[in-house]
Amino acid sequence: MMDLLRQQMGGFSATYRRELGAYFATPMAYVFLAVFLLALGVFTWEAGNFFGAGSADLATFFVWHPWLYMIFLPALAMRLWADERGAGTDELLLSLPLGMPGLVLGKLCSAWTVAGVGLLLTFPMWITVNYLGSPDNAAIALTYLVSFLMAGAYLSIGAAVSALTGSQVTAFVISVLIAFAFTAAGWPLVLSTVKSIFGTGFADLVAQFSFLTQFEGAQRGVLELRSVVFFLGFTSFWAILNGLWAARQRLG
Amino acid sequence: MLDIRNLEKSFGAKRAVQGVSFTLAKGTVLGFLGPNGAGKSTTMRMIAGVLEPDSGDALINGKSIVSNRRDAQAALGYLPEGAPLYEDMTPPEFLNFMAAARRIERGKRKDAVERAIADARITTVSGQRIGALSKGYRRRVGLAGAILHDPPVLLLDEPTDGLDPNQKRAVRALIARMAPNKAILISTHTLTEVPAMCTRAIVVDRGRIVADGTPEELSRKSDDGSLESAFMRLTDQAEANSA
Repeated sequence: MMDLLRQQMGGFSATYRRELGAYFATPMAYVFLAVFLLALGVFTWEAGNFFGAGSADLATFFVWHPWLYMIFLPALAMRLWADERGAGTDELLLSLPLGMPGLVLGKLCSAWTVAGVGLLLTFPMWITVNYLGSPDNAAIALTYLVSFLMAGAYLSIGAAVSALTGSQVTAFVISVLIAFAFTAAGWPLVLSTVKSIFGTGFADLVAQFSFLTQFEGAQRGVLELRSVVFFLGFTSFWAILNGLWAARQRLG
Repeated sequence: MLDIRNLEKSFGAKRAVQGVSFTLAKGTVLGFLGPNGAGKSTTMRMIAGVLEPDSGDALINGKSIVSNRRDAQAALGYLPEGAPLYEDMTPPEFLNFMAAARRIERGKRKDAVERAIADARITTVSGQRIGALSKGYRRRVGLAGAILHDPPVLLLDEPTDGLDPNQKRAVRALIARMAPNKAILISTHTLTEVPAMCTRAIVVDRGRIVADGTPEELSRKSDDGSLESAFMRLTDQAEANSA
């Protein structure tokens, strides 16, 4: 059992460190972090009217997470496999005695780490609400945690599609579309349309697969096991697709 | 050390490799010759475990690339065509990644990387990113990556392609130094290099082996005794037979 695990996960740490290094060796990670933080700030303060809301919490901040992740995280993940294909280094990677799960998770976790750093760098917002009032810090920590899990789900879509298409631009466009479908499925506008056509039962089912719905409880500071399971399961599902699509290379 | 058994691979209707078999012993440098599109790279990619063969097998140090891929790959050093590398890394960073991926023990990694850097003669460019290196140096960084774990079998796909004469000589010298202890398979279409580098040559055309022997034996198959006309005659013949 341990042997199998070691074989399959072989290369996880080498891949993880190499990919993380690649993000920070180029301006990629810095540009991502800067623009991501700027966008979050603008949406929270301007569009969300953070100060006008008059309550010491981060509701106007967290509400934007799914929508911003939908655009930004595919941009972060699109290079993971397409870049290898473009440079021909996939040939080198496939010739190493590594297991596919280690490669897939190593790459995914490196992007997830960059996203996590972005999330950590939003700490001034947390400090600000503490300065202005006395928010429920446990609830905020919990929302952060679920938001981080949700980021992994978005990234897993981007990484898998990157392995499928082999082109960064195509991977980005398709990932955003898929991410949009899973986000907007919980949007009241979409849901009411679905409900009027297919009925309430089907609309509820669609809503269950929406990131907006799954993130809703966490935004209120409630830890729902079902959301945690949803995001982790969703990520695993796409990670498996990712492995299958990357292994397809071997078939020629 | 390397035992190739009836490898076959088709891409759609195109039969790229049609039943290639040969064995390679320790101390042999085998030149793998053939025109472009003859199936050289496809065969090497199958031996390296990058591409799954439709049928047949390759045993590397007795381990099957089909049923025991990781163990077979561990005994193999592979330089893919064009020496693809991670351009954002420096050569030592790249070699450290390869050492970690090949699971060379932590304590031995530094030595292995230093030895590969010295063997491939890339000490002077250690501080530069691979993307900024010349073609010759990139090829040598790729070679360093292939010999890092001191594998018994080396697969080098066009290791001297696009190098200047000095760089070619340096690569040849490196191969000659390693030759006694390894089985080395080199693909090339530069025929002049074959007598200088290889102790045996195989000519493939349209996915089949059309000749196998020492470079001298191959040369004798032509009217004027040159390897080039022998090569032309062999690959032309195959063309005539298949037509």
